[in-house]
Amino acid sequence: MTMLKEGRPTAPIAVDDATAPATVTGNRALMLEEALIFEIGSCHTTGVDFAQAPKVASRLGDLARTDSIGLPGLSEQETVRHYTRLSRQNYAIDLGLFPLGSCTMKHNPRLNEKVARMPGFADLHPLAPQSTVQGALAVIHELAQWLIKLTGMHSVAMSPKAGAHGELCGLLAIRAALEARGDARSVILVPESAHGTNPATAAFCGYKVEDIPATPDGRVDLEALKARLGPDVAAVMITNPNTCGLFERDMKTISDAVHAAGAFVYCDGANFNAIVGRVRPGDLGVDAMHINLHKTFSTPHGGGGPGSGPVVLSEALSPFAPLPFVERQGDRFVLVEEETVEDHHSRTFGRMVAFHGQMGMFTRALTYILSHGADGLRQVAGDAVLNANYILRSLDDVLDAPFGGSGPCMHEALFSDKGLAEGFTTLDIAKGLIDEGFHPMTMYFPLVVHGAMLVEPTETESKAALDQFILALRSLAERAKAGDEALKGAPYFAPRRRLDETLAARKPVLTWTGPALTQAAE
Amino acid sequence: MRYLPLTDTDRQDMLSVIGASSIDDLFVDVPAEARLSDRIAGLPTHASELAVERHMAALARQNLSAGDAPFFLGAGAYRHHVPASVDHLIQRGEFLTAYTPYQPEIAQGTLQVLFEFQTQVARLLGCDVANASMYDGSTACWEAIGMARRITRRGKAILSSGLHPHYVSVANTMARFTGDALVHASPALDAATDIDALIAGIDKDTSCVVVQYPDILGRIADLTPLADAAHAAGALLVAVVTEPVALGAIRAPGHMGADIVVGEGQSIGVGLQFGGPYLGLFACKQKYVRQMPGRLCGETVDAAGKRGFVLTLSTREQHIRREKATSNICTNSGLCALAFSIHMTLLGERGLRELAMLNHGLAVEAADRLAQVPGVKLLNDSFFNEFTLILSKDARETVRNLADKGVLGGVSLGRLFPDAPEIANGLVVAVTETVTAEDIEAFAEALEEELA
Repeated sequence: MTMLKEGRPTAPIAVDDATAPATVTGNRALMLEEALIFEIGSCHTTGVDFAQAPKVASRLGDLARTDSIGLPGLSEQETVRHYTRLSRQNYAIDLGLFPLGSCTMKHNPRLNEKVARMPGFADLHPLAPQSTVQGALAVIHELAQWLIKLTGMHSVAMSPKAGAHGELCGLLAIRAALEARGDARSVILVPESAHGTNPATAAFCGYKVEDIPATPDGRVDLEALKARLGPDVAAVMITNPNTCGLFERDMKTISDAVHAAGAFVYCDGANFNAIVGRVRPGDLGVDAMHINLHKTFSTPHGGGGPGSGPVVLSEALSPFAPLPFVERQGDRFVLVEEETVEDHHSRTFGRMVAFHGQMGMFTRALTYILSHGADGLRQVAGDAVLNANYILRSLDDVLDAPFGGSGPCMHEALFSDKGLAEGFTTLDIAKGLIDEGFHPMTMYFPLVVHGAMLVEPTETESKAALDQFILALRSLAERAKAGDEALKGAPYFAPRRRLDETLAARKPVLTWTGPALTQAAE
Repeated sequence: MRYLPLTDTDRQDMLSVIGASSIDDLFVDVPAEARLSDRIAGLPTHASELAVERHMAALARQNLSAGDAPFFLGAGAYRHHVPASVDHLIQRGEFLTAYTPYQPEIAQGTLQVLFEFQTQVARLLGCDVANASMYDGSTACWEAIGMARRITRRGKAILSSGLHPHYVSVANTMARFTGDALVHASPALDAATDIDALIAGIDKDTSCVVVQYPDILGRIADLTPLADAAHAAGALLVAVVTEPVALGAIRAPGHMGADIVVGEGQSIGVGLQFGGPYLGLFACKQKYVRQMPGRLCGETVDAAGKRGFVLTLSTREQHIRREKATSNICTNSGLCALAFSIHMTLLGERGLRELAMLNHGLAVEAADRLAQVPGVKLLNDSFFNEFTLILSKDARETVRNLADKGVLGGVSLGRLFPDAPEIANGLVVAVTETVTAEDIEAFAEALEEELA
């Protein structure tokens, strides 16, 4: 082997991965291990410089805090390194396709971030005098108008902080409406395939939850539903498209029957991405629907939140909308925070949250909506549905698609674990996907399909990205059907192997309990 | 369109694979009468990044941002300086665009941060354990009331008159539907908190007493006697902290006997943002951990024996327990929790104490200067960085007039308690490290002019 003058070989030696040595640090090149701040920080260190505090006599009463709190500090440089290293242990939309059904993991545009951070939005106090924040109130109003027009509904409650909070808002409005007409009812009907927040929310509002069965073609059983409607049913909660990725064809008939029985229709809007700009829930008889701005309208998921869940309301429910809300009065925008009996909104069910909602998400969502416009949003739904059907038809020869025979899916494709070899599960395929460089699809949801795999690509995936995903999932399906034992050990290449969740639940360790930090100098 | 990567050729190729002739064909299950044949009329079409930015910037310019005026608003949301690194780090795509860490092998970044956050929050609030955050302080507060009901099996909660009126309002709204009975009165303009009245009101039907610390008027008091009285009656003490920076200077509620401590974490890392997204803090005693709402992150090991972190005790949550869940919550406030944790790490204990003393020192200077203005009386004997002034005229009108002069001079009690005209001359003033001596002087002069 010849060497260059600098000592580098002109051709590398052939390598065998089996001989890769362990490292002393535990690092593997760019895959860096990172300790806890409690293991590397100290009470003496701070990464922030402050001016001297004025020398004043304390007015803290006798409540001065003298204990050692146990909060470690790091220098700025150590802090940046700690969190940069941690970030590299995360999968994210920015890295690749995130096929989570019903989560709508679409690209998060960076213009959203720039606009949200304009000081004229970011540096405003919620209780500032309204004359000083007219532009902010205008944003809330403008977004509200878009949501109303896109859904064909009468009004929108902007304050709920997330989808589940929005569900609560919708059901509280329904309950308030029923109480206002002296017709308290006790039951809410929820499809078996519904997201867990639906029955949880209904139970919180004091309702008894009953399941609505599904038909063999994956939709709400209309006849069973009609048979169950009665004077004790307050509402029906429907997701449309439903959690099997199918459009509920009978939605208008369902709504008509529910209204005739004196009840209300709550629509879970998590899957709005399939129909935005093409179908209006208001045309389907919906009374209340939450919209997840962090799904359809691209606000970032942030590792688990924050979300935002405005709720569009029918004319029947609008009078009961929560406080506060933004109204246009002449040439001013007004934040209405309190209602008196004389006001036309006196039947509001009250306030759901301090201040007025997720303004940071409103600026992002409005930016996204203005970028797409009415034509772009329509294309969003079209491409989302196209992408999901492309995945469905590219894989339905190798994976069981329980509803694949009854027509196209909407924005998500549903597969089951039928046909996998004995002892091989949806979980094994999911963990195998991790090694292939993808986040797993939604697993074991909806509950109505055995070993469910729910795949939602969204419209922001290119054909090349879809093809690579299909290639990977096809290979994993074949391996699972052939009983490839190596799948049981996946993932091999992630920062961690499979984690012991049973141990975590049996012996919960929820805070650092290691050695105390060195005391702060007084 | 810049966010839609499919080309028309792609679409045609994909339709051939599917066996459909157009995208419209894929919507065959939508009844014809519900199908929109074209884009919705009366709405603008797509726009360039430049055009959208211009539109939004014009709306932003219509607002008077806190940095452009002497600024003294608090009442549950505080303006603190967030170091530049925080915002850079939370915008890393691996944090910003990550999902809930349900697949822990590829989410150890998020999970380790949550574990660190939970520990920081528990220690700050003086509790055994904290969750991975709630939507905000007000929803954390009503969830705490619900948790107290589940633990004590009693339905009456006593709310201190010093609790933020929005938090009271939220609790009242929820109580209509859960059947809890809530006892509450609006505050009186006394230097002392209402602790004695709260103690007197506890009985065998009380599930919890909810007290804010510092309270809505900025008053602070030792919670230990209240905790003792509650426990003697079999009730719980719930403490609410809307300004966590205070806990760098004053004793933690968890160390004074509080069973559940909730709060608003916005002060640390998150920024004002006109009201949201914010960050609910939730912590409690170890014995109550299985009754906590919200996500919890726990330590474990992987198949190779390495330490790792996972979401745990999920049987409390909606996706497992459905209608029997402890709450209906799905999201937490993940990115805000990250921002809080990064800022807290940059501060460390030493930095937090320095920050707190800087806030307190400036607040004392401001209070003394403002109390010199004719027509102004300082209510508080003790406070951290927020106090109440009693003016010689209506405070809400005063605040509006000050705003017209470019001074953002606090939050009026008339805005917070519109049904309590007897306290309408009260003005709540917050002073953080972002306030300068010039700001204080400008406020004092404008106030003097206004009250003359």
